[in-house]
Amino acid sequence: MAVKTIKVDYLARVEGEGAFSVTVRNGKVQKAELKIFEPPRFFESFLRGRQYSEAPDITARICGICPVAYQMSSVHAMEMALGIKVDGPLRDLRRLLYCGEWIESHVLHIYMLHAPDFLGYQGAIDMAKDHGDLVKRGLQLKKIGNEIMELLGGREIHPINVRVGGFYKVPKKRDFAPLTERLKWARDAALETVRWVSTFDFPERSRDYEFVSLRHPDEYPFNEGHIVSNRGLDTDAAHYDEHFEEIHVEHSTALHSRHRGAGNYLVGPLARYNLNFDKLSPLAQEAAKGVGLGPACTNPYRSIQVRAVETVYACDEALRIIDAYREPERPFVPAEPRAGIGMGATEAPRGLIWHRYRIEADGAIAEARIVPPTSQNQPSIEEDLREYVGGWLDLPDEELKHRCEQTIRNYDPCISCSVHFLRLDIDRG
Amino acid sequence: MAAQKSRILVIGVGHPDRGDDAVGKEVVALMQRMNLPGVVAEHMNGEIAALIDRIEGVPAVFFVDAALSGALPGKVRRIDVAKRPLPRESLAASTHGLGLAQAIELARSLGQLPPTCIVYAIEGAQFEVGAPLSGAIERAAQQVAEQLRQEIVAMDSPKVVGNA
Repeated sequence: MAVKTIKVDYLARVEGEGAFSVTVRNGKVQKAELKIFEPPRFFESFLRGRQYSEAPDITARICGICPVAYQMSSVHAMEMALGIKVDGPLRDLRRLLYCGEWIESHVLHIYMLHAPDFLGYQGAIDMAKDHGDLVKRGLQLKKIGNEIMELLGGREIHPINVRVGGFYKVPKKRDFAPLTERLKWARDAALETVRWVSTFDFPERSRDYEFVSLRHPDEYPFNEGHIVSNRGLDTDAAHYDEHFEEIHVEHSTALHSRHRGAGNYLVGPLARYNLNFDKLSPLAQEAAKGVGLGPACTNPYRSIQVRAVETVYACDEALRIIDAYREPERPFVPAEPRAGIGMGATEAPRGLIWHRYRIEADGAIAEARIVPPTSQNQPSIEEDLREYVGGWLDLPDEELKHRCEQTIRNYDPCISCSVHFLRLDIDRG
Repeated sequence: MAAQKSRILVIGVGHPDRGDDAVGKEVVALMQRMNLPGVVAEHMNGEIAALIDRIEGVPAVFFVDAALSGALPGKVRRIDVAKRPLPRESLAASTHGLGLAQAIELARSLGQLPPTCIVYAIEGAQFEVGAPLSGAIERAAQQVAEQLRQEIVAMDSPKVVGNA
């Protein structure tokens, strides 16, 4: 039997570093493994013994691209443990902060990381030589996400203005004035982005995913809602652990997540979209319909379109929140430390992120658990490769490698949260 | 707040709370104390869109960033990126691989790279969260600030630049 190994030492345009291998025998994909070398749970140990109030700032440091997701899941978990409820303008400001992170993260992925796959470039730097205006539009759009983060979070990366109960300082209505005009431009640019990415050539691939995301009766989910799936799951953050388990696999030092008794599942834009299309704003729904996207989409290569639609939504929702904003009487809901357990689940740009904490009577964190979206998606990424790569085995090695990388990038994996080097090996046997 | 445009810009890049990654910010602080006419020195976290936006239309930009290349801690390299790209291993880890090196190359592709664009890369020793600057890196920061002062003063017609 001829032996052929394809090896890529560094997979670019993903968030972080790791390794991947595909083993092919007799013309079939036998094995696909995402290899992770470094455990992501350092922060969980780091949190133990620290005060509950420190969790948002500490967890924000886990990731430079989705710090809000970590902050939001941690504050919701802490507020559950402390028995406080944040609503009204403070709740809206949290949604606005999340809009900023979605815009930043989605636009980065669409323009800088994923679009080059569809247009045949090595990356955004090459793409910019031929499509400078498009890249400039992406950079400007991303920058408006940064500006929301800076205004509400205090700075554009690792925000420092979020606290349990709300914010250290809240903006005045007039502070939003310059942002409003720029957001209107951003919303139009996001609509153009939907149309632009819809001109791409999408591989026709699909499988029967279990989509898992939050669902809220009144809104497209950021911070709150039940955890639901398209296969009938309906639970909440407090009971997440009863439905999902983390397992250790030999080829990875990071844990994989599994729906107990059901197997792998998918979190992220595709899941949110399929489970919450009816909660998108009318403008975002129209944008989707305008490019032929219905309320259901099971082709992961079209996730770039869904991210673009969610970017429209994030701009639209940000404008709605700013328009309705009334400065709250106080920047945060005060809380007294008490012994308790709390869980929080929110929607990071790349999917559901769940935190659980046990705190002592003096407010010290006794236990911390964090399940990031990419950990949950790892088994689904592997299954996509097993399912989809088989149809491309007749391609030349370089094209096949590119297809594998593109398949991984469908998930916008934030491997930095858990991985430090990503290589791609294909062993054709 | 709208960033001030100037003719000569010194940008210190890096995370202020991660050990030697703060060296860019340290050099910026030293340059600000020098108060050179026409020179704006500021710290940025390295986010790609903000970096590209900041340097657009500025004739001369000097970046200072920590490096992690295996060289001796405190080693200083001056790289003229207007002439050639940064070596891939030059700089310390940035936010998801899209940091200073990519910003420079993207600016080059977009035709927005300043005519004078220099990177001072200072080899760091440790990048732990909450750690202070290492002694060798602190000394290197002072050396780079002085080198920058001399280089800027020696530039043609520095007096024509506006007030910082």
